[in-house]
Amino acid sequence: MTMNRQEWNHKDLCALADHTAGELLTILDTATAFKGVGERNLKKVPALRGKTLVNFFVEPSTRTRISFELAAMRLSADVVNISASASSLEKGETLLDTARNLEALRADLIVIRHKSAGSARFLADRLGASVINAGDGAHEHPTQGLLDAFTIREKLGRIEGVRVAIVGDILFSRVARSNIQLLTKLGAKVTLVGPPTLVPANFASMGVGIAHSIDEVLGESDVINLLRIQHERQRKEYFPGVGEYTARFGLTRKRAAALKEGCLIMHPGPMNRGVEIDSDVADGRGSVILDQVTNGLAVRMAVLYLCSGGAPFSKIEPNTKDSKSS
Amino acid sequence: MSDSLHIKGGRVLDPANGIDEIRDLFVEKGVIVGSKPAGASVIDAAGKVVTPGLIDIHVHFREPGQSHKETIATGSRCAAAGGFTTVVCMPNTSPVADSPATITWIQERAASTAIVNVFCTGAITRGIAGEEMAPIGALAAAGVVALTDDGRCVQNHGVMRRAVEYARQFGLPVMDHCQEATLSSDGVMNEGEWSTRLGLPGWPALAEDLIVARNILLAEETGHPIHCQHISSARSVRLLREARRRGVPITAEACPHHIALTDGDLKTFDTNFKMNPPLRTQADIDEIIAGIADGTITILASDHAPHAPYEKEVEFDRAPFGILGLETELPLFFEILLHQRKALSLPQIIAMLTVNPARLLNLDRGTLSVGAPADVTILDPDHAWTYDKNESPSLSRNTPFHGSSLRGRALTTIVGGKVVWDLENGFRG
Repeated sequence: MTMNRQEWNHKDLCALADHTAGELLTILDTATAFKGVGERNLKKVPALRGKTLVNFFVEPSTRTRISFELAAMRLSADVVNISASASSLEKGETLLDTARNLEALRADLIVIRHKSAGSARFLADRLGASVINAGDGAHEHPTQGLLDAFTIREKLGRIEGVRVAIVGDILFSRVARSNIQLLTKLGAKVTLVGPPTLVPANFASMGVGIAHSIDEVLGESDVINLLRIQHERQRKEYFPGVGEYTARFGLTRKRAAALKEGCLIMHPGPMNRGVEIDSDVADGRGSVILDQVTNGLAVRMAVLYLCSGGAPFSKIEPNTKDSKSS
Repeated sequence: MSDSLHIKGGRVLDPANGIDEIRDLFVEKGVIVGSKPAGASVIDAAGKVVTPGLIDIHVHFREPGQSHKETIATGSRCAAAGGFTTVVCMPNTSPVADSPATITWIQERAASTAIVNVFCTGAITRGIAGEEMAPIGALAAAGVVALTDDGRCVQNHGVMRRAVEYARQFGLPVMDHCQEATLSSDGVMNEGEWSTRLGLPGWPALAEDLIVARNILLAEETGHPIHCQHISSARSVRLLREARRRGVPITAEACPHHIALTDGDLKTFDTNFKMNPPLRTQADIDEIIAGIADGTITILASDHAPHAPYEKEVEFDRAPFGILGLETELPLFFEILLHQRKALSLPQIIAMLTVNPARLLNLDRGTLSVGAPADVTILDPDHAWTYDKNESPSLSRNTPFHGSSLRGRALTTIVGGKVVWDLENGFRG
């Protein structure tokens, strides 16, 4: 499969499902170039100088918001953060009216996190500003999908043919959906792992395998991506409890020993140590969990830059490994 | 215009009387008559089809209480422009139509503002809350034509059983919006491939199937008719087919959107595709059409459900369910059932919009028999046109069919012997 790069000509990033492999590779390549900026002593470039970015987080988040904030700062944009409690949504203003007000203040980029699936797309279709989805309900979390793919490519040198197991609460996970969209487009073999209630059979229509036992995938996976298990009350009808979950799906030290040599261990955070992952596995060999966080910054810089109409970054050195094969 | 009409030279289709022939039709003093009245105004119907006035037993006209979405006046104009002379309103107004006072209010409002016949349903339970029986006897006396908690479904089987048994003494059919709430939960679209892709909470067909099965058993147990509203699921059709073969007094209706669109149409998160029950899959469409063709589903209806633009212009999961239906109903049924699928003949389709709903609800309409109220629709099943929502008489604009090219349309709508709308001149009065 030859993956030709395609120019990015979109003002928004709402869902990885909306884009071609070539466009998404352009983001990853641009992120590679930007990662170098983050390693320098002087971590700032003037690419978005004079632009205003609003971090509009209607649902709480720390790491994603800070990552977008830092990414924007490194591109020299001005950044404002708005949370749900600080916005007029609590006073009954509609999402659209709030967003139109942000636009009237001449925001160039709006990064939105919201509990409703489709909310980023809803704004993108109605606003002139760039809209970047930082997580919309259980739909997508595109920059997380991109940073996961970026990390896999960086560590393993390729994505095509890589076997990725995603374990956990797939049904309610926007991280899983963005990973599935991107990894399948780039030729990875994705298997979803979890109880049938959290990994319903309908997922097979997205071109992935399904397993209901983590032990089935340990020996064959090149990457194992563990999702956070939510403790909220409404999950109780999906599985009996955390103890039974850990017994069947937790990446314990014993199970980690059965992993293939060199298997990457990933987690989008925040982790529940001792639930989906044993503490020393999270900190041990193969864990790239903190690399994901670092790479998230580079990926978000690339997304903000490209959605602002940035020309292909001059320092881009296309990763040639996954464009050669089959 | 005089109070008598001579509808000349049309193909008169009156399924109630097995009539399908080119002939003239006469109207005098609001009723169908057998011979030409003196001084009758002539309506040339040559090359057109003349049918009993169409009946839609499933509309939401939003009065009282939600008149920013629709009023009985504007809703009735949608009906007239769609060829419908009679509509049956659902009770989920504000207040709920669960008392004779509200029913009387609606009837009086209709008498003074509607341009078509408006009949009421009453709620099965107080406040459509599913707990206590509504005053069914008083509602019957006030003139409701059926009972339903539409918009909601009576979850408690004991309550539903008693209500059906109680309704029997008044000969009032019970209609049900089939949705088992613990299964549909917070679902906003069909549970399936597309809810999985879009990350939207699913409302599985199973939630409809379970209540259809419940209603089949209750109709069988009580011997009293139950009508399943807006069927959306293939398995519900199969359950109904089997039950009707056994002679269970159960009926069902289908809506245009459930055979025109699928859940894949939600991929842009457009709330004009959000309805309850939700759009499902091609396999469901195929089974519903098979059910319409083989007599499992005997009634066609719109579920006309207006919502103001600002109410629909929100995040998908927060938007209300429902779309406009009356103006696009007949064209969509013609386009899909007659032209594309060739699943039914024209007389069969007309029967499902006239005599069948009239018989279910014991209305003295849906026929061109001499002496019947002169409700008449003149239509052209081949008329090609494009629907423009901005021309709608509705107060709302929530439709996924804006810009659709369709074949088939009503040309003239006559209520009680008076032309209330025609395509050329629009509304009269």
